Amino acid sequence: MKDGPLTEALHAEWTKQRTVAVTGWLLLTAAVLTGAVSAATAATVHCPATGCGLDPARASLTGVEFGQAVVAILAVLTISNEYSTGMIRTTLAAMPRRTTVLTAKALMVAALALVAGVVGVLGSVLAGALLLPGHGFNAAHGFAPLSLADGPVLRAAGGSVLYLMLIALLSLGVATAVREPVVAIGLVLALLYLFPLLARVAASAEWGRHLQQAGPMTAGLAIQATTHLRTLPIQPWPGLGVLTAWAAAALLAGGLVLRLRDA
Amino acid sequence: MSAPVIAPYRSALSPGRDGFAQLVRAEWTKLWTVRGWVIGLVLVIVVTDLLGLFGGGYSSIECITGPGGKPQTGAACTPKVATGPGGQAVNDNYYLAGQPLTGDGSLTARVTALTTELGTPAGPTGQDVTLQPGSVPWAKAGIIVTASTSQGAAYAAMMVTPGHGVRMQYDYTGDIAGQLGPASATSPRWLRLTRAGATVTGYDSADGVHWTQVGAVRLPGLAATVRAGLFAAAPDWQQSSVSTGGGETGSGGPSLATGVLDQVRTAGSWADGSGGWQGTAVGGANLSQVGYQQADGQFTVRGSGDIAPLLPGNGGRYQTIEQHLIGVFAGLIVAIMVGVLFITAEYRRGLIRTTFTASPRRGRVLAAKALVIGSVTFVAGLIATVIAVAGGVAVVHSQFGYVFPVSALTWARVVAGSALLLAVAAVLAVAVGAILRRSAAAVTLAVAVLVLPYILGVASVLPGHAAQWVLRITPAAAFAIQQSIPAYPQVDNLYLPTTGYYPLAPWAGFTVLCGWTALAFALAVYLIRRRDA
Repeated sequence: MKDGPLTEALHAEWTKQRTVAVTGWLLLTAAVLTGAVSAATAATVHCPATGCGLDPARASLTGVEFGQAVVAILAVLTISNEYSTGMIRTTLAAMPRRTTVLTAKALMVAALALVAGVVGVLGSVLAGALLLPGHGFNAAHGFAPLSLADGPVLRAAGGSVLYLMLIALLSLGVATAVREPVVAIGLVLALLYLFPLLARVAASAEWGRHLQQAGPMTAGLAIQATTHLRTLPIQPWPGLGVLTAWAAAALLAGGLVLRLRDA
Repeated sequence: MSAPVIAPYRSALSPGRDGFAQLVRAEWTKLWTVRGWVIGLVLVIVVTDLLGLFGGGYSSIECITGPGGKPQTGAACTPKVATGPGGQAVNDNYYLAGQPLTGDGSLTARVTALTTELGTPAGPTGQDVTLQPGSVPWAKAGIIVTASTSQGAAYAAMMVTPGHGVRMQYDYTGDIAGQLGPASATSPRWLRLTRAGATVTGYDSADGVHWTQVGAVRLPGLAATVRAGLFAAAPDWQQSSVSTGGGETGSGGPSLATGVLDQVRTAGSWADGSGGWQGTAVGGANLSQVGYQQADGQFTVRGSGDIAPLLPGNGGRYQTIEQHLIGVFAGLIVAIMVGVLFITAEYRRGLIRTTFTASPRRGRVLAAKALVIGSVTFVAGLIATVIAVAGGVAVVHSQFGYVFPVSALTWARVVAGSALLLAVAAVLAVAVGAILRRSAAAVTLAVAVLVLPYILGVASVLPGHAAQWVLRITPAAAFAIQQSIPAYPQVDNLYLPTTGYYPLAPWAGFTVLCGWTALAFALAVYLIRRRDA
C-alpha cells in the first residue's frame, strides 16, 4: 500500500535527520544544557529568612533560556544545510509539493524539540526538587516542594516543552525565509534576545511592559511563572499564544518564500 | 639544420614578496571584496545606532514638579542635579547648623546619639510623611567644613554612622574609616576637623583626650572663609525584593536622622567666630521635620538626604551614557557573523587550500585574519559607538532629560572600549570559526558565550547572584567596560547587573574576554596546524 505524500515526506525527513551525526549531538546538547543550567541556577539561588519573591518553578527552569539556542540551531540547520549543500534541489525534485516538504520539516523539528525538551525539562524539575529545599525554598518559608503533581508547576514544565517546540518552528520559518544558516541563526537569536534588553532600557515602564508582551521570548516564557501572576506583563497562556503567533508568521513567511522563489 | 633554441619562459613580473604584510594585504583584499561582509560591517554600525536611539531614546515630556502636582512640560522638567568638585553628579542635601569662619582653626564636637526614622510619603507633595523607627546604616551626623552652602560645594566632614562607625568623608566620593561602632550616651564619639590652608584634617577620639588622625585631605581652592558646623543627613531608604522575572527591584522613601551633639568647641582663629549658629537646609528641605535645637550646649540636629555621589537607577529621567550603547549587543551578533564567515567561508568554498598553498605558515594566516577583522571591526565599532553616545546624549538633552556627566577619560573608555569589545569579539569569532569550521555552529557558540550571558545577566532573567557569576567568568564580563558610574561602598544601592553595575572593574572584565579569546586563538592555531585543510 502506498503512503500519502506527507507520510513519505516525513519518512524522508526522518532518514535525513537520522543519518547525520549532528542531529544527535545537538539534541543531546540541548537536553544537557537545559538541565545543567537549571541545576546551576537552583544551586546558586537562595531564599533568605526574611522571605523572597523568587518563583521556584521559574528558577529551576532557567536552563530553557540556554537550551532554546541549541534547539534553534537544530531547526535552522534542518533547512539551511540543504541550501548550503544543494540538497534542497534534490529534495524538491523528489517532492515537488513545497508545502508538504515544509510541513514535514516542521513536524520533524517539533518532534525533535519535544524529545530534547522533555528530557531537559524533566532533568531541570528534578534538579530543582532536589536542590531548592536546601536553599530556603522549603515549608518553613511557605514553599511547597517542587512537584509535577502541582497544577501550576505542571503547566510551567509542560509549557516549557511547548515553548521549545514553538521556538523550533519559529527558527525553521526564519531559516526557510532567509536560507543562509549564519544569517538565520543571527536573526533568530536577535529576535529572541532583543526584546528583554530593549524592555530594560525603555524610556517608560509602560513601554517596557508592551515590549515584554510583544517579544517571542519574554511573552512565551510567561508560561513558566507560578507565583505573582498578577504582576506579570502577560499571563502564561496568552504569552504562549504570542509566541505561537510569531512561529506561525515565520512559517508563513518561510512557506511563501519557498513557493515563490527558486531554490 | 639545428632546431632553434627556445629560451625558457621567464615572467616579466618581479617575484612576489612573502611576509606578514603581504598576508595582511591578502586578507584585507578578501574582506573588502566580499559584498556580504562589507554589508555586515555597515550593519554593525546601523543596528548599534538604531537600537541605541530606540532603546536609550527618551520620550517622556511630562513631569510633576513641586507641590500642587501640576503636570509640566519642557525645560521645567529638566532635573536639577548638583555637580560636585570632581565633575560628577552628586546628592547634596543635609541640614547644617553652621557659621562662617575665617582663617585656620579647628572645630570639635561630641556625638552622643544618632537615631534614624523611615518616612513613607502620604501625599502628592512628598512632604506629608509619616515616620517610623528604622535603621539607615549610612545615616550620618557630625561636623563639616564646606566651601559654601550651595549644592555641590567642596567639603570635608567627620561623622558618626549607625552601621559603619566613624567616617571621614570629603568631596562626595572620598571615604575613610575611623573608629568602629555606633555612638551612644555611654560610648560617645568625639570628632575634630582642623583646617590649615587648603588641608583639612579629621580626628576621632573615644574619650576626648586621646585623638587619632583619620585622614588629611586637600580641598583645592578653598576660600579663606568657610562654613563650618554640625550636620545631619540620612539617605533615602530602599528595600530590595526579588521580582517574578528573577531580577530584583526596589522601593523606598525619605529618611530622617537625628543627631545629638554637645561640647562644641572652636579653636585657633575660629575661636572668635561670630558665635551664632544658623540653621540651613542645604539643597532644600525634603522633609518638614528637619531643623536644629540648642539647649544647655546640647545640639539636636535633624537632617534628611545625603552628601554623596548620585547614582543611576533604573531608566527614568536620569540616564547614563552607556544606556545609549544597548545596541552594541546586536552589533556584536553581526560582528560575530562576519568574523565567523571570514574563516568558515574559506573552508566551505575550498579557498582555504589555495590560501595555505600560497602561505603554508598557517598560524600566520590566522594571525593576519585576526588583525584585519579586528582592526576593521574596531573602526566600524568606533564610528557606531561615537554616533550612538554623542547622538543619544544630544537627543536626551534636546528633550530636557538628564545624562550623568562623566570625565573625558571615562567617556573615551566607554566609547572606545565598546568598539574594542566588538573588535575582540570578531577575533574570537574567527578563532571559533577556525576550530569548528562550520559557520552555523560557530556563530551560535560565539553568540552563546558572549551575547547570551550578557542578556541573561542584565535583563532581569537570572537571579542576582547567578547574574553576577555569569558576568564574572564568561566572555560577557567585558561589558563591564561600558559602566560609566562606579559603585561606591559608602552609598547603599542595588549594585546589580540589572541596574547597570557589573561585578568586575571595567578593564578587569575586558581582560576576561581577552583571556578567553587568547585561549580560543591558541586552540585554533593548534588545530589548524594539525588538521588537513
